[in-house]
Amino acid sequence: MSIFDYFKRKPTKATAAIAKERLHIVMAHEHRVANGPDYLPALKRELMEVIAKYVHIQRKDIKVNLERHGDCEILELNIALPEDDEKTATAN
Amino acid sequence: MSRVIVVTSGKGGVGKTTTSASFAAGLANRGHRTVVIDFDIGLRNLDLLMGCERRVVYDFVNVINEEATLKQALIRDKNDNNLHILPASQTRDKDAFTEEKVGNVINELRDSFDYIVCDSPAGIEKGALMALFYADEALIVTNPEISSVRDSDRILGMLSAKSQRAIEGEEPIKEHLVVTRYSPARAETGEMLSLDDIQELLGIDLVGVIPESKAVLQASNSGVPVIRDEQSKSGQAYQDMVSRFLGEDIPMRFLDAEKKGFLKRIFGA
Ligand SMILES: Nc1ncnc2c1ncn2[C@@H]1O[C@H](COP(=O)(O)OP(=O)(O)OP(=O)(O)O)[C@@H](O)[C@H]1O
Ligand SMILES: [Mg+2]
Repeated sequence: MSIFDYFKRKPTKATAAIAKERLHIVMAHEHRVANGPDYLPALKRELMEVIAKYVHIQRKDIKVNLERHGDCEILELNIALPEDDEKTATAN
Repeated sequence: MSRVIVVTSGKGGVGKTTTSASFAAGLANRGHRTVVIDFDIGLRNLDLLMGCERRVVYDFVNVINEEATLKQALIRDKNDNNLHILPASQTRDKDAFTEEKVGNVINELRDSFDYIVCDSPAGIEKGALMALFYADEALIVTNPEISSVRDSDRILGMLSAKSQRAIEGEEPIKEHLVVTRYSPARAETGEMLSLDDIQELLGIDLVGVIPESKAVLQASNSGVPVIRDEQSKSGQAYQDMVSRFLGEDIPMRFLDAEKKGFLKRIFGA
């Protein structure tokens, strides 16, 4: 470091606290996902089977998500049904 | 009873291989028969840090594929009879690894060594999972940096879900935190995560703090584990880490920023 740098030197920002806060949040989220109930894949598979009786859907069309808000857990199901003309399902 | 210790991090380039080399050299230096295995298939590097790159004839994959015996593949350190290296292969033959085959090699090593140190590749893919599968203990190498801490946390999750101990429901892997490339001055100004932050976030016991130091690069340039550089802070910090790992209760060193005088700040260190 030269004498010029010394006088140029800007105060550094204390950003570590921000990093720590962000890590707290993201790691807590990742722990919840990792420790989530293991029935979700099976639930998804069985839902697939039931829905497939009526409409053609693919695995990627079903989204199953479990979220925790406080002590309350919300199971969110999102099923994208195909366009009308594709609904040539087995149920006719 | 021999112990298998994986040196892992999730994130790349944080100091796993540097730590593996010094940790293994330190254990051997205290009289323990030690072998260090390079699990980074396709990217052999441990041999360079240990200064034995020109003596590699056979490697880990040759042993797995039964093209060579362990005895043929193990390289004895030129300075320490207690220390052996099992180099990685340079071919990308990752499929050679199966739990069973790696397990056979580890079991054979258990007969002749007290400590089996596994230098993990980065990532959470097969190579990293193989390196941690048989671990009894783990050194979690972490830099004071946001993505390194998160990746260490991911790897802790792997240890408690994907290791043999986890699957068989045995006593969990003993986890130790190693913070490397620590810069006290930058932690002090709040620019970098502090030791307390990292420990609080990861929640595992600290076994060593290795300061950021030029000696590490010099040591790897010369092919000598930095722990043998007794003058350097990082060498001493690795010595302390080995002592703590072996159960000694010694205080952490090199945690405070050097107080630079006004003139030193102006004219440089
Ligand atoms: N305490 C330290 N001070 C300064 N430089 C360091 C320190 N520890 C490691 N390094 C440097 O960081 C780089 C990466 O180190 P190393 O190869 O040990 O990491 P790694 O985790 O094994 O990487 P990879 O994930 O690629 O296997 C090297 O250039 C090394 O010299
Ligand atoms: Mg490495």
